[in-house]
Amino acid sequence: MKRLRYLLPLILIMVLGGFMMVGLTLDPRRVPSPLVDQPAPRFQLPALEDPERLVGSSDFDGEVVLLNIWASWCVSCRQEHQVLVAMANRGVPIYGLNYKDERSDGLNYLRSMSNPYVWNAHDLEGRVGIDWGVYGTPETFIIDRQGRIRYKHIGPLSWQDAQNKILPMVEQLRRESL
Amino acid sequence: MKSLLTTLSLCLALCLSGPGLAGGLDPTDFDDPVLEQRYRAMLHELRCTVCQNQSLADSDAGLARDLRRELRDQLRAGATDEQIIDYMVARYGQFVLYRPPLSAATFLLWTGPFILLLIGLAALYLTARKSRQRDEQPIADAAARERARRLLNEGKDA
Repeated sequence: MKRLRYLLPLILIMVLGGFMMVGLTLDPRRVPSPLVDQPAPRFQLPALEDPERLVGSSDFDGEVVLLNIWASWCVSCRQEHQVLVAMANRGVPIYGLNYKDERSDGLNYLRSMSNPYVWNAHDLEGRVGIDWGVYGTPETFIIDRQGRIRYKHIGPLSWQDAQNKILPMVEQLRRESL
Repeated sequence: MKSLLTTLSLCLALCLSGPGLAGGLDPTDFDDPVLEQRYRAMLHELRCTVCQNQSLADSDAGLARDLRRELRDQLRAGATDEQIIDYMVARYGQFVLYRPPLSAATFLLWTGPFILLLIGLAALYLTARKSRQRDEQPIADAAARERARRLLNEGKDA
């Protein structure tokens, strides 16, 4: 019993260390979104490509799509760009929400790289972004046929994310009936 | 010494200038002082989700500015505090609140400090009781008592 008492500090340190080890693997920026499994917020905005044309969530009703929030000033958006292009080439419809960006900057960004987006909505003031609970770009939402958000990815998508999570989920949601 | 004083006064100046003044970053044009006051109170209740350890009042991040604008718009439109809180929680989760309501997920957050305090008090009580018991124990052995008396007197002789 007495010897056990000397072990107590060691045990306490190890428990504390265990908590800290787990803490190292957690990302405090990943805040779970309450919007997952909720109906996606509706919006209508001028298109980035053409301010006269209005685009919005009704364009992808009944379809399984990705909505990607991006901006030209967002460095990690460039990092995931090729992954988006690759997914678009595989037939995944990707819609863009250009978030708090000048129109010319956004268009230049698209011109300098290939464009994976069906269209881009121009959210200059970030109001639609707030409605979607956006707090960091890039963010990618998967929306099902019923117009519900089924998954939210925060931060740049890697090809692993696309292969292990996004593409299988899109496939699975497509099989769900309307 | 002089450089130390300079450093200290600079630190003090920085501390005083930081969050306290940042609350007034946006020009507010509330006609109604009650609205203005509600706005300022809400700013301290809501967290800036990009810069996680700052409130909306403290932060100058783009998103914080947008959220402040949203807050002003909603207040002007006549929304109650509750409606605004619900609006924010629906989009950003309870994380956006500096004082999340007590639930299964936040139980430890709210009770943790009190549990630790209780553990500390219990440890203090047990240690104190043990040491008192030790002090009160009379020395029963006559030889030991004699030796103790000699040791005590030794100092006096010198």
